[in-house]
Amino acid sequence: MNDKPKIVGFLCNWCSYEGADRAGEARLKYPANLRTVRVMCSGRVEPEFVIQAFREGASGVLILGCHPGDCHYKAGNYKAKRRIDLLRNMLDQFGIERERVRLDWVAASEGEKFAKVANEMAETIDRLGPLKL
Amino acid sequence: MKKEILVIGGGIAGMQSALLLAEKGHKVYLMENTPAIGGYFPLLDRQFPTNSCGVCFMSPKPPAYCPIYETDFHENIELLTCSELKEVKGEAGNFEVTYVKKPKYVDIEKCNLCGKCKDACPVVVDREFGDGLEKRKAIYIPFIQAIPRSYLIDMETCTKCGNCLRVCEPNAIDLEEQEQEGKLNVGAIILGFGFEPYNAKAKGEYGVGRYKNVLTSIQFERILSYSGPSLGIPRRPSDGKEAKKIAFIQCVGSRDIACNQEYCSTVCCMYATKQAMVARRRSEDLESVVFYMDIRTMGKDYERYYEKAKSDYNVRYERSAISLIRELQQTKNLLITYGTETGELIDEEFDMVVLSVGFVPPEGSDKSAEIMGIKLNEYGFCETEEMNPTATSVPGIFVAGAFREPRDIPETVVEASSAAADVSQMFDKFEKKEIGSKSEFPADAKPNVAVFMCDYKGAFKDKLDIDTILGYFGKKSNIKMVEKLDVTSLKESVNKIIAKIDEGKLHRVLLAGYRGLAISKLLKERSAKVASGSCIVEHVNLGEQCADVHIGNVKVATDKALRLIDAYLKMLVKDELFERGAKVLNSRVLVVGGGLTGLVSSLTLAKEGLDVTLIEKSDKLGGNALTAHYTIFGSEPQPLLKKLIEGVKSNDKIEILMKSELKQTKGTWGSFKSIVSTEGAEEDKEIEHGAVIYAIGGREVKTEEYSYGKSPRIVTQKEFENMLANKDEKISKAKNVVMIQCVGSREENRPYCSRVCCAHAVKNALKLKEVNPDARIFVLNRDIRTYGYMEKKYLEARDNGVIFVRYELTNKPEVKVANGGDLTVTFHDSLVGDDINLEPDFLVLSVGIESNADCGFAEATGTIINEDGFFVEANPKAAPLDSISKGKYFAGLCHSPNFITDSINQGKAAAERAAVLLWEGVQAFPENQAFVIEELCAGCGLCVAACPYDARVLDEKLKVAKVILDLCEGCGTCVSTCPNSACQQINLKDTQMLDMIQLMLD
Repeated sequence: MNDKPKIVGFLCNWCSYEGADRAGEARLKYPANLRTVRVMCSGRVEPEFVIQAFREGASGVLILGCHPGDCHYKAGNYKAKRRIDLLRNMLDQFGIERERVRLDWVAASEGEKFAKVANEMAETIDRLGPLKL
Repeated sequence: MKKEILVIGGGIAGMQSALLLAEKGHKVYLMENTPAIGGYFPLLDRQFPTNSCGVCFMSPKPPAYCPIYETDFHENIELLTCSELKEVKGEAGNFEVTYVKKPKYVDIEKCNLCGKCKDACPVVVDREFGDGLEKRKAIYIPFIQAIPRSYLIDMETCTKCGNCLRVCEPNAIDLEEQEQEGKLNVGAIILGFGFEPYNAKAKGEYGVGRYKNVLTSIQFERILSYSGPSLGIPRRPSDGKEAKKIAFIQCVGSRDIACNQEYCSTVCCMYATKQAMVARRRSEDLESVVFYMDIRTMGKDYERYYEKAKSDYNVRYERSAISLIRELQQTKNLLITYGTETGELIDEEFDMVVLSVGFVPPEGSDKSAEIMGIKLNEYGFCETEEMNPTATSVPGIFVAGAFREPRDIPETVVEASSAAADVSQMFDKFEKKEIGSKSEFPADAKPNVAVFMCDYKGAFKDKLDIDTILGYFGKKSNIKMVEKLDVTSLKESVNKIIAKIDEGKLHRVLLAGYRGLAISKLLKERSAKVASGSCIVEHVNLGEQCADVHIGNVKVATDKALRLIDAYLKMLVKDELFERGAKVLNSRVLVVGGGLTGLVSSLTLAKEGLDVTLIEKSDKLGGNALTAHYTIFGSEPQPLLKKLIEGVKSNDKIEILMKSELKQTKGTWGSFKSIVSTEGAEEDKEIEHGAVIYAIGGREVKTEEYSYGKSPRIVTQKEFENMLANKDEKISKAKNVVMIQCVGSREENRPYCSRVCCAHAVKNALKLKEVNPDARIFVLNRDIRTYGYMEKKYLEARDNGVIFVRYELTNKPEVKVANGGDLTVTFHDSLVGDDINLEPDFLVLSVGIESNADCGFAEATGTIINEDGFFVEANPKAAPLDSISKGKYFAGLCHSPNFITDSINQGKAAAERAAVLLWEGVQAFPENQAFVIEELCAGCGLCVAACPYDARVLDEKLKVAKVILDLCEGCGTCVSTCPNSACQQINLKDTQMLDMIQLMLD
């Protein structure tokens, strides 16, 4: 199981990291190959982080923030959206499937959604197989 | 004098009052009769008018977690759930309260939430949360984010089979638990009982409970929730198909004398509109029809929202009464028969029907009221006076929110803040505090690092290999301490770790275990206050995010745990030493505008011991209220106004500058500088202050429509009120009076609703009928918006013969003034189906309210106004009086068109928000603030544009970007924007982040 392709998750401090806690409290399961980094805001996630994750051996990157309108820093999630959309367009050109990067919104109450997104992401990456650079 | 305070009701109102008072150092007991706090708020995934949540802004010091967590975490707030009042003795300042704690049958101290009991329980019943849409067991957690987090047993359905007892490892269940009595001694009580949805089953004709696809709005709200049964997609309960056509039926249990519900519940028009919009977003091609009597979207920005629903979200509004709903056998679709305004009967088929249920007083509130001796009104809600909206009939007991009158969240937040101000005025006296020095450790020293694994009630057992983890990190030379802490409560965790920090002189602490967020938040607050100020605390959740989600696979979980701790340690250890800054706050508040609102704000602040400078443009205090003679319910504002003016003038904490105008506000919260010019004074005055309240008011709109100005017999409502009050003879002889509503409002040029005009028209019509019962009065309107208890007055007007006729925007009334000054008003009556000509003695125009704020004022003060000229709030829902830039508040007519009651509440609430901000006298900056590596900065200014807080500026001389620490909230948006990596974030620098990523993937 440890050989499963790894996924790095960037979770915002206020909503998504909390959502992940709710998933745990509800004892929902998702694969251990998702490793999460807490950032204050999804707007903090730089394209460089995503590239670094791929370079260090990740096969997928998941970025989760507050729902639109709910950013605790007003609009960081919108900035993340623009930035990640651009990055995904670029990934195509590097021959990296764009599904390897996913941006989604998970609120502090959405344990089920967190688990659902995590599992979907794991399935996607399983389907795509390990990223070979 | 710090008094203990009791807040009853853990909903939005209760949490807001509790948080504000707790921030001021009062110990607050938050009593709630259900097992969890939050009220109806956790049900609402999306809220109007933003279609987002954003309630996190409600906490006094954002960014914050959700107020439910903030309330739970706050060290001054103690939650008393499942508790009810038994007896209240004593008086204001000294109430002796006895309460009963109902048994939960599960010991929250022991339960580790493993969930085995729930699996073992054979009893399945409807879950209360979401009105029975989902199922639960007899042993259950009320809903996913319920706080306090614990199972409980519903004894009414429990069969005492004992299955749960057998599987509960920590032995947390006691089926024989008895209720307990507790006693409190509190200085004041705030009631935030809230409401209960009207039981739609009592309106049997709508078929709720019989027809599967007829839902209450509470159930539909749950369906639209991402955490709901269909993950937010509007699916039909009968077959799980996506709904494509939904009918919303308004006023179910509101404005309905047949079911003894006379008043209007105020919020249903808006929530139905919201539900229709959200549903449309989730389900393509969805069509919604709202069946209504009057659309009442009179709040700030609500009218635009309503228009948007029509134009962009495929929502049709049908003014009509429903005569019949039938279920179709095969499809389970619903056939609605309704009558149009012209009397035609139409059949229309829908996939789903949602009943917009109104608000009724919550069960048991009558009993509680009796215990306290407070008066309830005829509807069973709390009775208060219009001029003192938060005071109940018992001194020292205050009320806020829907339990006073059905209302929406912004108004609840405002009123709860206003009630907190009442309590604060009783006990609080501001004192300037000395700022203590913090112990720092030498800059060249290596930090002492510790890792604590908080094992919550032994929950790591069989999930993580703790020994391996301890052994692995114990060998690392840069770590001073690695320990597993066995804890059973939050308090215990925090105390244990604080002791360890002091004892071990620790500088860096990583919490790796259960409840990381709660513990680290409390620790951060404590460590910012106590001597161990320079200790940086981080957390990585090994409990809920590792141990609990990989149950049955210890090896995998342990492996992941090692990686996570390694990565977070890297971040924590590598950082250089940063001193967390703090700023001293000026305790003076500037209040701009000496109208009713400004006077209330000034007096509230002064009574709490803060210094106030009040500036007024004119030579008279009182503003618009000076010309208000009576309200719709007959109260007189003048005695209050007189008292306020005298109070302000005689209070030595308040400096009054008359004939003075604000020219500019500069600086940041805690240290603003404003320039004020006074008529006749040679020089402008500079005032230093920590916060500012703009209460610059509004005015009656000037109009030229409907021939206004061409005849003395065409007057505005305000002029008419004046004539009535002065007992003008012409009025007492008038035979016909026509009133036209929405003059220039709710149309292209002024697309908002002025909120007060319908009530003004009703009030003046009733007054006229009093002095001249034979007068015929016609009120030409588009919707009558007498929300809340004002509905009673609307009915009274109709009973007294006032005639209300609707007109459409496309077919407005016409007014002609003859040479002799005689008036002719022509309008179309759709009921009669014909045009009607009237020759009234008076034509009264409801012209609406305009804000006094303009672009110039906004620019000079660093605030933002919306398209309609009203101030833009930090969050319309949860921080309705806070400006986007911290420390600036607004209240009264420059916020939105308001009644006097609203203005009083806003005045007090804005004052309370300002007081809480300045109360400590000093405030530590947030963690993770941005900083600039100047050698790398090219001065491009991208960070300046990216910052949501205006905390980034360019130093024009040096051509480098700077961070204004006062304003930086530490989000890191600028950091990710900087193309040169010149901009960094304390503790979350790019290099740290990259190292973390690498270690995670090792």
